[in-house]
Amino acid sequence: MNFSEVFKQSNQLCKVSPDGKYLATCVQYRLVVRDVNTLQILQLYTCLDQVASMEWSSDSLFILCAMYKRGLVQVWSLEQPDWHCKIDEGSIGLVSSRWSPDGRHILNTTEFHLRVTVWSLCNKSVSYIKYPKACQKGMDFSADGRYMALAERRDCKDYISVFVCDDWHLLRHFETDTQDLAGVEWSPNGCVLAAWDSCLEYKMLLYSLDGRLLSTYSAYEWSLGIKSVAWSPSSQFLAIGSYDEKVRILNHITWKKLTEFEHHPTITNSKAVVFKEVEKRPVIPTEDLSIQQIAMESSLFDIQSKYEIPPLPVQVPVVKPDPDRANPKIGISAIAFSVDNRYLATKNDCMPQSVWVWDMQRLGPTAVLEQTAPVRFFAWDPRRPRLALCTGNTKLYLWSPAGCVSVKVPVEGGFQVQSLFWHCSGDSVVLLGKDQLCLCYMATDEEK
Amino acid sequence: MPESSFEDINNIYVSSTMPPSRQYSQSTIPLLPFRHYIGNTEFCTENNTSECMLYISQELLALGFPSIFFDLNGLRELDVISALNSMYGLLQMHRRAVGMLAELEVEQLRVSSDLHCQQLTNSKLKDQLELSKKENLRLCERERQLEANTKALHHCLKNEKEEVQKLQNVIASRASQYNHNLKRKEREFGKLKERLNQLLTDKKDKKQGMDVLNYVGRSDGKRSQWKTGKTDSRHESDMYKALLNEFDKHQRELMIENAELKKVLQQIKQEMVGILSPKRQSGETQKEEKPKEFTDQQIASDEEEENSFKGTSEMSCEHAREQLSNSIRQQWRKLKDHMANLDNKGILKHESPPASLVHLGQGINEEMISKEVHQEEMERLKLEIQQCKDFIHTQQQLLQQQLSTPWDEETAAVLTDCYMLEEKERLKEEWKTFEEQKKNFEMERRTFTEAAIRLGHERKMFEEDRATWLKHQFLNMTFTDQMNLKTQNTLSEYAVQEQKHISSPKTPL
Repeated sequence: MNFSEVFKQSNQLCKVSPDGKYLATCVQYRLVVRDVNTLQILQLYTCLDQVASMEWSSDSLFILCAMYKRGLVQVWSLEQPDWHCKIDEGSIGLVSSRWSPDGRHILNTTEFHLRVTVWSLCNKSVSYIKYPKACQKGMDFSADGRYMALAERRDCKDYISVFVCDDWHLLRHFETDTQDLAGVEWSPNGCVLAAWDSCLEYKMLLYSLDGRLLSTYSAYEWSLGIKSVAWSPSSQFLAIGSYDEKVRILNHITWKKLTEFEHHPTITNSKAVVFKEVEKRPVIPTEDLSIQQIAMESSLFDIQSKYEIPPLPVQVPVVKPDPDRANPKIGISAIAFSVDNRYLATKNDCMPQSVWVWDMQRLGPTAVLEQTAPVRFFAWDPRRPRLALCTGNTKLYLWSPAGCVSVKVPVEGGFQVQSLFWHCSGDSVVLLGKDQLCLCYMATDEEK
Repeated sequence: MPESSFEDINNIYVSSTMPPSRQYSQSTIPLLPFRHYIGNTEFCTENNTSECMLYISQELLALGFPSIFFDLNGLRELDVISALNSMYGLLQMHRRAVGMLAELEVEQLRVSSDLHCQQLTNSKLKDQLELSKKENLRLCERERQLEANTKALHHCLKNEKEEVQKLQNVIASRASQYNHNLKRKEREFGKLKERLNQLLTDKKDKKQGMDVLNYVGRSDGKRSQWKTGKTDSRHESDMYKALLNEFDKHQRELMIENAELKKVLQQIKQEMVGILSPKRQSGETQKEEKPKEFTDQQIASDEEEENSFKGTSEMSCEHAREQLSNSIRQQWRKLKDHMANLDNKGILKHESPPASLVHLGQGINEEMISKEVHQEEMERLKLEIQQCKDFIHTQQQLLQQQLSTPWDEETAAVLTDCYMLEEKERLKEEWKTFEEQKKNFEMERRTFTEAAIRLGHERKMFEEDRATWLKHQFLNMTFTDQMNLKTQNTLSEYAVQEQKHISSPKTPL
């Protein structure tokens, strides 16, 4: 495993182009484009204000930089560095900005979610979409980029509009039977749209592409409901994580519950391997400690850590949430399927230091990773069943069916890994610190 | 004649000594015979007067009365006075007896009536006791039921309380969620109002617009099309096409899966048939006739089914599926029955635990080994194998050692010695320890002798001092102390004796 040197970034704005060749980083008001392999700076752009959000277009030719405070969006071209484009939303303000799947339209959501403006880079047309809903996930594009689903709310009722991304033609518009629609998500095959209610009511609605209601699923009443949703890459399963610390899997044929994964604090299942991170603090000799020694041995204060497999039964540490607060820290907040459909990684908020990996063939837990600090982020390798996670310390943790490994980022002065994402080829991971970034190139053979 | 009177007397005695348990109505009877026998003259007649008198006097003597006769010249004359006295005494006795009898009878009456009363009360109390016991049981039963009721109610109450608590928690969380949402909306509303105010007061309206150097072509290179009704219908058709494609793909996948599963089922069925059919080929024994019939039947039916199944491709899928699954089920049931039969026969034959599935294909005879014996054999063989392996390994090692140094005589000598080496080492160590101990002993011995010599010297010194001290005493003795001479003498004698004793010291060593 090789680590690159450290580069600056601000706001955790760092994205790899969809074709995997370039790495774009924002440093304050500058946009830096590097080559992914050599990490040489290829282009440097200067924006008018501190960049709040940055996105590559789908064909990797353009980069969008949004500055919400000023209501501006600037678009840069990679092929033609002189080309410029500036979109000013004016007094109406800007809250979010994103590309359309064809890479030629920009959708700006104005302040207070008054409307969504669709700007075209091909012609002078501007479209407006009224009454978008301000919710967890109000807008989603299908995987093939043909359709967009938008959650709307008017007259105290929730609606979903399906647009054709080609020419922004409204294909379908229908009301949903929800109290407060929280999000919409297309299935990877683009034929089913999942819509779910806010946490006050457990309700999952499944609509076909043509607007027919296929099924409704509600696991229980009254208690807080859905917290996170994930489709499996083959569209076979829909995983729903809820506040009752369970993940329910629906199958795509009957849309009924196939099984539910319970995150029990005591693990007794012999098929689940518990990887417990154990830290070894080195003993510092206090007598003969010279400055030279400290300077030379930078690893003196390093905390070594490795994984141990404790014998069953194992108690997972639980943090009881504050019952009086809204959005309590309990329930499944993150679910992700591996790319081969075999594994599902989940995180239960009241066990913040653990990540659970479930085997979808056996429909049972296959591994539980217990870290020494709350897990901040985890992501699956886009090519193989390998999970990378970070807990905000200087280490990168990797899990694969072969085993678990913790790697220290060899950066002087420490590098707190706060977030990470994989390169689309699965050969490297980009680690993001507070204001730094570092690339980690994976070894070609599997680590143990 | 006296015998009959004796009998009457006996009757009297018998009737007077009645058992106390007799009913009181009969107790009046004994009074009557006394009156009866007064007028009885059968006891004494003119002939037996003297015998009667003798008898009576004997009886009276026996009863403690003085003799009624007095001797007058050898003749026994009746003393009338004493006889009358005796008669009077008897009458008195009789009266007393009667009185006592009356008393006793009264007493007996009283007692029996008391007894009767007691019995009545006893029976009444028993009845009462029974009743109260029943009542007690009833009350106990009722209490138990009530307790069970209260327990169940407690349980219900607890459950209800728990549910109430849960619902309260849910309500609380929902309320906090609502409040949070409400606050968020209020904040947003506030911001909106502010912005509205700002916009209304702000004169310069910043227009929105896009400033682009030049328009970019579409990503797919095509030109965009006008929006007409045709495009709308095209969109619709595109959408439906996408859905249909998805359905087609899905259906194809399901068909493939279905075909594979059917194949698997067929294979299972054939394998099951195959397992059961070899019975036909093994020898003809009585016990095998039964399974033979079995398998014949099975095979016949299987062949029928197979033939019929070949034509099912023409039949509807539903029908084919049902047929296949039914036939599989039938086969499975037959297999189960067959296994049960094998188990039973295994028990009968060997009086041991039932046969294992391992030897299913063979005949039902001595070829079947019980599972436990089989496992034991395996264990034993494994152990043997391990031992042999170890043995071979050690032999190999030794052989290698032998082969590696074949030429050197010295080394050979060393090699031959190497077995002795260990012993030599051990012996050396033992010698060492022995030498050490010997040294220690010597040292101790020396110290002891030195100590003894010193002790002897000291003793000698001590005795000399003592002797001088005594001499002093003796010399400084006054005239008045002559009386103490004796004691001194004895002392000196004792000292001399001591000296004698000490002069020949015996060392303890």
